[in-house]
Amino acid sequence: MIGAHLPALQVVVPLIAAPLCVLSRRPLAAWTVALIAAWLSLGIAIWLLTQVLDANAPISYALGGWAAPWGIEYRVDAANALVLLIVTAVGAVVVPYALVSTSHEIAPERHHLFYAALMLCLAGLLGIAITGDAFNAFVFLEISSLSSYVLISLGPSRAALTAAFRYLILGTIGATFILIGVGLLYMVTGTLNMADLTYRLAGRGENRTVIVAFAFLTVGITLKLALFPLHLWLPNAYARAPSAVSAFLAATATKVAVYLLLRFVFGIFIAAYALDELPLTAILMPLALIAVFTGSLVAIFQDDVRRMLAYSSVAQVGYIVLGIGFATHTGLTASLIHLFNHAAMKGALFLAMGNVFLRLGSVNLDALAGLGRTMPLTVAAFTLAGLSLIGVPATVGFVSKWYLVVAALERGWWPVAALIVVSSLLAVVYIGRVIEVAYFRPPPERSAPVEAPLSMVVPTWILAGACVYFGLDTSLTIGVASRAATVLLGLAP
Amino acid sequence: MEFLGHYNYWIAITLAMIGFYTVIARGNMVKKIIGLNIFQASVFLLYISMGKIEGGTAPIIADGANVYSNPLPHVLILTAIVVGVATTALGLALVVRIREAYGTIEEDEIQALDEPT
Repeated sequence: MIGAHLPALQVVVPLIAAPLCVLSRRPLAAWTVALIAAWLSLGIAIWLLTQVLDANAPISYALGGWAAPWGIEYRVDAANALVLLIVTAVGAVVVPYALVSTSHEIAPERHHLFYAALMLCLAGLLGIAITGDAFNAFVFLEISSLSSYVLISLGPSRAALTAAFRYLILGTIGATFILIGVGLLYMVTGTLNMADLTYRLAGRGENRTVIVAFAFLTVGITLKLALFPLHLWLPNAYARAPSAVSAFLAATATKVAVYLLLRFVFGIFIAAYALDELPLTAILMPLALIAVFTGSLVAIFQDDVRRMLAYSSVAQVGYIVLGIGFATHTGLTASLIHLFNHAAMKGALFLAMGNVFLRLGSVNLDALAGLGRTMPLTVAAFTLAGLSLIGVPATVGFVSKWYLVVAALERGWWPVAALIVVSSLLAVVYIGRVIEVAYFRPPPERSAPVEAPLSMVVPTWILAGACVYFGLDTSLTIGVASRAATVLLGLAP
Repeated sequence: MEFLGHYNYWIAITLAMIGFYTVIARGNMVKKIIGLNIFQASVFLLYISMGKIEGGTAPIIADGANVYSNPLPHVLILTAIVVGVATTALGLALVVRIREAYGTIEEDEIQALDEPT
């Protein structure tokens, strides 16, 4: 029965698709392979999510038939089923988008390699989310990282190369820190299985090695998720990458890193230390707030819209980490909701900028003048996702901000709640700048650009539409996020 | 004596700091990659050290041997070495492309070239 093997297939399908892309050589054939793999993965992720929600228990899969603490276990619960859904959904939207977009940005003889790297990246990200083994998570992290360096370096300008190189240096340092952390945990417990780690660390009390492991893991993972001040690799990497890649990475890579942080902090260390003893809030909260403000402030002064969106990503990661810093059920729920919501809106924004880049060859603010008239669909999608980023009611952004504020008030931290609201005003400024230029400035006196092809506009609108749909019908996101938070906090199996 | 007893950990830490320093302080991209490599190698040592068991031999069943060192860290490190090789190869490949595009591999010179655009 194939249903029993779906947790493994979730990773194996894109992993097999990668060499098939290389072998198929022709751009269209490679694209078809990638498309089928991406949609199959989405199907599997949806199936896993419904399965987990119906059974109300995690699905455990022993890889190769080796039982859990010794073999590698794939473990799907509400938390990572949600992450799997986010990653595969973005993948399923980006691959069809990539057909036209990459054919303009990448030489045809490299297309099959591009799709192979994209599939490897997808496999790596899914692997991090699904695995229940700490070392396995490191290996998948490196698979996704190495392929994302390749994807970024394929960007149209030569600055893409240096951006990829800088990301490679910092990303490898981060991954090595994670490796050290996992090693120290293994030293103390003699196990790598996450559930087993929780069990063995429980009630162990003060232990310096565990604290050092916690420190290494936190620094390593926050480097991968680009929390201030470890975000320096992000803006250039997202701004220089090919359009489809920046949308894919912005919507998925940092999200998966956030999930890894949640898993290590709440899955493992919470067993050894009570929630209040963890030095979590004191470290994460100030950094998250600084990230929110510096990210938004720097974004305001960017003229390259993709760089602006990248800095906005730094700020949005701040919001997500802020929710983790609350270390409460509502806070975690807010984080997970924003994980989903930010993937939808940032994906839509970057895809919209990809449409603009296709027609104009530039995403500078000046070039966007009057675009509201010549590319109405793209600019409308950008506006919708932008409003969501600000947190206007009836969009997903509002839902996440609402939960964040509620979480802050629950803790009685009024200043934090106020800062969350104030920071939203900064988003009004930088999104407002783009909308003002696009709608209210006259187009320059030259041949007017036409709307991007349907194969790019439709994916953009799917994500932009998701920003509104899930802002109105929150039963899926809030329901799953709340259950995932319960699982992570160990309140239920 | 405890200090000497942990000497392989001290070597690992020293190597890690040498590698880390090279990554941060050097502007030459090839040197950065090599520094990164040294940093990773130090972690390999850390892992292998923890697999060592006093009086243990290689984990192969043989006559007269009944204490074996822990093979799991060795296996993990084989994987990590492969990852390290892949990272180094990709990093050096990027350096080659950067040299072709910019004509230099010094970070400050590249920054100066990128500035006007």
